[in-house]
Amino acid sequence: MKITFPYMGTSHIAFKMLVKDLGHEPVVPPKPSKRTLTYGTQYSPEFACLPFKILLGSYLEAIEKGAELVITSGGAGPCRAGYYGVLHQKILQDLGYDTKIMVMESPYRNIFDFLGKIKAVIGPSGVSWWTFIKMFKKAWEKLKVLDETEFLSHQIRPFEVNKGETTKVFNKCLEIIDEAYTLAEILEAREITGKMLNNIPQDRNRRVLKVGIVGEIYVVLEPFANHDIETTLGEMGVLTHRSIYLSDWTRENTGYESTESVIKAASPYIDELFGGHGICSVGHSVLYAKKGFDGVVQLAPFSCIPEIVAKPILAKVTEDHGIPVLTIFLDEQTGKAGLQTRLEAFVDLLAQKRSRLEEIAI
Amino acid sequence: MSIKIGIPRALAYYAYFPFWKEFFQELGLEVIVSQATTKQILDNGVKESVTDACVPIKLFHGHVYDLKDKVDYIFVPRIVSVNKEKTVTFCPKFLGLPNMIKSSMTGLPPLLDTRIDLKKGKGELFKVCYRLGRKFHATLFTIIKAYLRGRKAQARYQRLLNKQYTPVEALNLMEGKETPSFDSKQELIFAVLGFPYTVYDKFVNVDIINKLRKLGIKVLTAEMVPPKILLQQAKKVPKNLFWNFGNQVVRAALYYLDNFKVDGIIHVTAFGCGPDAMVDKMIELEAKQRGKVPFMSVTIDEHTGEAGLMTRLEAFVDMLVLRRGLS
Repeated sequence: MKITFPYMGTSHIAFKMLVKDLGHEPVVPPKPSKRTLTYGTQYSPEFACLPFKILLGSYLEAIEKGAELVITSGGAGPCRAGYYGVLHQKILQDLGYDTKIMVMESPYRNIFDFLGKIKAVIGPSGVSWWTFIKMFKKAWEKLKVLDETEFLSHQIRPFEVNKGETTKVFNKCLEIIDEAYTLAEILEAREITGKMLNNIPQDRNRRVLKVGIVGEIYVVLEPFANHDIETTLGEMGVLTHRSIYLSDWTRENTGYESTESVIKAASPYIDELFGGHGICSVGHSVLYAKKGFDGVVQLAPFSCIPEIVAKPILAKVTEDHGIPVLTIFLDEQTGKAGLQTRLEAFVDLLAQKRSRLEEIAI
Repeated sequence: MSIKIGIPRALAYYAYFPFWKEFFQELGLEVIVSQATTKQILDNGVKESVTDACVPIKLFHGHVYDLKDKVDYIFVPRIVSVNKEKTVTFCPKFLGLPNMIKSSMTGLPPLLDTRIDLKKGKGELFKVCYRLGRKFHATLFTIIKAYLRGRKAQARYQRLLNKQYTPVEALNLMEGKETPSFDSKQELIFAVLGFPYTVYDKFVNVDIINKLRKLGIKVLTAEMVPPKILLQQAKKVPKNLFWNFGNQVVRAALYYLDNFKVDGIIHVTAFGCGPDAMVDKMIELEAKQRGKVPFMSVTIDEHTGEAGLMTRLEAFVDMLVLRRGLS
């Protein structure tokens, strides 16, 4: 069977391998582009959030390439993302496609449903449960390596001597990880890519600003949705720290690690889980302030409900902790130049604030 | 002098006001409702809230602003769930409402931000009432009495809704006011669906219900379907929506499509409303699937103009009249 999946950040490299290991043919959707978005916007509800539109667009592109099944994640709400699958399916049906969307809901909600869906995927190709677990673990390792590499690239970019070099090396690293197939190869790829990134000529005496990035998971993770915000900031000489990576997101959502400390940090402001990553945006901002970051950028799709609720609360966090927060709502109309201007202005203000604080300290 | 409790005439007001009014009054408190929405209230709301919020949330801010110097407490409950459906809650804006209000407005009297989460069991609503009652030093007996009176008022309200009165008319009737009657030669039946706070706030939706009635349309809304029948529609949807009001709207749409044969559906939605983006598409596709029932979606925001909406309504009605061969 030809199987496709949502395109988000670098994760497709791991998913591609997993689908292949399970005896199916992976159809990697093309990297989201203007075309994807045009497709998605055309058939989506007007006020659906940006991830909904990009995903619908990339499903349609994958279907053009022959995909017969889409595997995606579900959710328990009240964020809209948990309902994407149902509505995407209805829209595809209405357009006359018979492609099925398989929504993986949390195993805690209905374990039989969860196992049944896995069985439906691995059954036809004769993969045993044991192999599945092994393959899943391997894909998980790859996902972690991908996340680690990306994290490292953001740590190095603001110090690079030759502008743009980190991005070039990082793209090469992705190719290397993509080619690694066995567990040993994946671990070796990790060593190599780490060395490659660390070997980039750097000016460690540069004084950089530190900015935390919080917000809705898809627009934080997918560079197409946020117009490469981390690269843009990195090349301005800003060290970005992202609060969400897919591997730890998946981990906490399958019960291994709790977000306790984040929720605890948010508790003076809000003690109700209100969907999506709203409460994490608040909690992480407080933690960034405590760790001495210079600022926070909150990313959210236009009309994203949890982040709208978080926005006035973040204003309160700024008031109490003195950490500036720039909120950016993204939609299909957002232009790169406009975003760049806003970021430059924000970074200028942060730099001025920093130098004023240092003068006072002297 | 008795303590004054302010209840904003927005959001959940249209669904649960009779209960709270009766309950608080029985506790010996004075209930003050903010005035019906005006331009001033809307402008204040826009000023006090974040730009990205939807118009109902801005209106809520405006209504709180209207109450702030008139009362001792403002009732802004955090409504998490209202029935036993495990997967259903409210829009995140309801869940974070007290925090939003506290973060963006200053100079407010204390908020009664009680958490209302009824999915845990039968006695939950009473527990909420007990905590509220104890706050005002009421005796257990008074609280029980107030609670029962509240339930009774809410039941009476529901009976009026089932008789196809709109919530505003039902509330007027309960206060002994007359409601205007409409001539019975209405030939077309429309389902006007949407969240209660967009459908019944006649300032912000420029009185869409009465405009339709004047065009000779019989208007049915989601609140007019008895709750039991609404719940029966749930099985027609592959996965429940997460939002109580959203579910009501989708279920009412399915009921009117399948069992009632309405001539058209108008969905009233607020600009930038998250849940409605999903609800709107669901109704559109369902209406298309079931015999192509005409469907129109009306988006309202703080700039909704009367003339523009009227033109659209007239065009929609004319089209249907032509289609049905009516005069």
